[in-house]
Amino acid sequence: MRRFFDLVLVLAGLAAIWQAAHLFAGDVALTSPGRTAAYAIELVQTARFGAHAGETARAFVFALAISALGGLVTGIWLGAHRLSGEVAEPILVALYSLPKVTLYPVILLVFGLGLPAKVVFGAIHGIVPVVIFTMNAVRNIKPVYIKAARSMKLAPHEAAFRVLIPAALPEVVSGLRIGFSLTLLGVLIGEMFASKRGLGFMIINSIGLNDVETMMAVTLILFVFAALANAALLALDRRLHERA
Amino acid sequence: MSRLGWLRFGVLAGSIGALEILCRSGAIKRLVMIPPSEMALELWKILLSGKANHDMVQTFTCVAAALALAVLAGFFIGLALHALPRLRAAVNPLLGSWYAVPFFVFYPLLVAVFGLTMLPVIVIAFLFAVVTMVINTLNGLDRVPRVLDKVARAHRMGPFATLLRLKLPAAAPNLFTGVKLAVAYSFIGVIASEFILASSGLGYAIAYAYNNFDNRTMYALMLFVLGFVTTINMLLYMWEGRMMRRRQGR
Repeated sequence: MRRFFDLVLVLAGLAAIWQAAHLFAGDVALTSPGRTAAYAIELVQTARFGAHAGETARAFVFALAISALGGLVTGIWLGAHRLSGEVAEPILVALYSLPKVTLYPVILLVFGLGLPAKVVFGAIHGIVPVVIFTMNAVRNIKPVYIKAARSMKLAPHEAAFRVLIPAALPEVVSGLRIGFSLTLLGVLIGEMFASKRGLGFMIINSIGLNDVETMMAVTLILFVFAALANAALLALDRRLHERA
Repeated sequence: MSRLGWLRFGVLAGSIGALEILCRSGAIKRLVMIPPSEMALELWKILLSGKANHDMVQTFTCVAAALALAVLAGFFIGLALHALPRLRAAVNPLLGSWYAVPFFVFYPLLVAVFGLTMLPVIVIAFLFAVVTMVINTLNGLDRVPRVLDKVARAHRMGPFATLLRLKLPAAAPNLFTGVKLAVAYSFIGVIASEFILASSGLGYAIAYAYNNFDNRTMYALMLFVLGFVTTINMLLYMWEGRMMRRRQGR
């Protein structure tokens, strides 16, 4: 209860800073928290917002599916096969810390303008942390589990589904949580550049038109969505780590 | 070089070679990608002519400023949060969902406040990089062994001396991880905001070349950015690995 109260206090503090910034910069640059929230609620009910949000959601779901599945398969392989893992690790770290935005033109040239480019761009953001966390999780599985799997003569896919994945699950969920945020960021950045649909486009378009109200409202909606999804995944993450 | 090093080098050289062959044979069209050797050649020409120097200087200045601010502020915020557990518990969910915020939307606001200078880009990159430093400072301080508190008490050290001589050295590996990530995030923040919004800098130059179908310049600059950032990150990564090994060896 006290933690909840403290969180409310922190949020109130942030709203106060926001309000102060609004008073300082004026409506031209920043709408007040109250008005932004009111406009956000209004905006969510419009058909225009629904269409853009639907487009972003579609790209996000595809990109997340690729990040999660591709990341899991690659991560298990690199974790289980020691040499490949050691060769790949620094390369993965290098990929993780690249400014991937610079690669967006290449993706646009290969996949053309539209949904596939956004999906690929979101996926290249999200897949790397999933691979890194899964790889480390599989590597840190207690050797006795692997011996047990071997002595029961499990086939590789049986060993993966019955031993490796359950043992590595807590760490994998941590990776998925980071992958989730980064995939969303990737999709949004993809929409901000060379796109005509989606929430990222809505933001960049309202920046261009100096429509501060829409820009702030969409940002607020995205932040609330991301924070809630993250809190849910964090709770799952904690529960799995406690159990392990 | 070790066997692993050679293998890594082989994987990298093999990928670049395959790309070169695919581009030369026409399997990848020239409109999509130019061969890596031509990218390098074009980059060499750009570097010689000095026409991108202005953008490079601007990008590196922004990265350096954002990095310095993020490391300093992140460290002190981390220190403060570690000392105030109740505030930390309340702020924790915010830190966890920080990277879900597309900071680039604050650009117009920052332009209104700071004008059309480098500051808006620096502030965005700072916001992007600061939280990873905060999180790693907290992690580092969490991992300081409890016994060091007793050591400090036994030696009657003041809180400042304890921090400087015991806690910070113990937390150093995590602090270094924070700096390493802050470097990567500063680059990402600066180049992404230049790419989407600003009107100068390397990110902008790449987007500009893309919009003008100037593939040669685009790929040359891309090679420069990716090569430069990767070199820096890899040096930090190797240094970190050495530091960690030395700690374990003791």
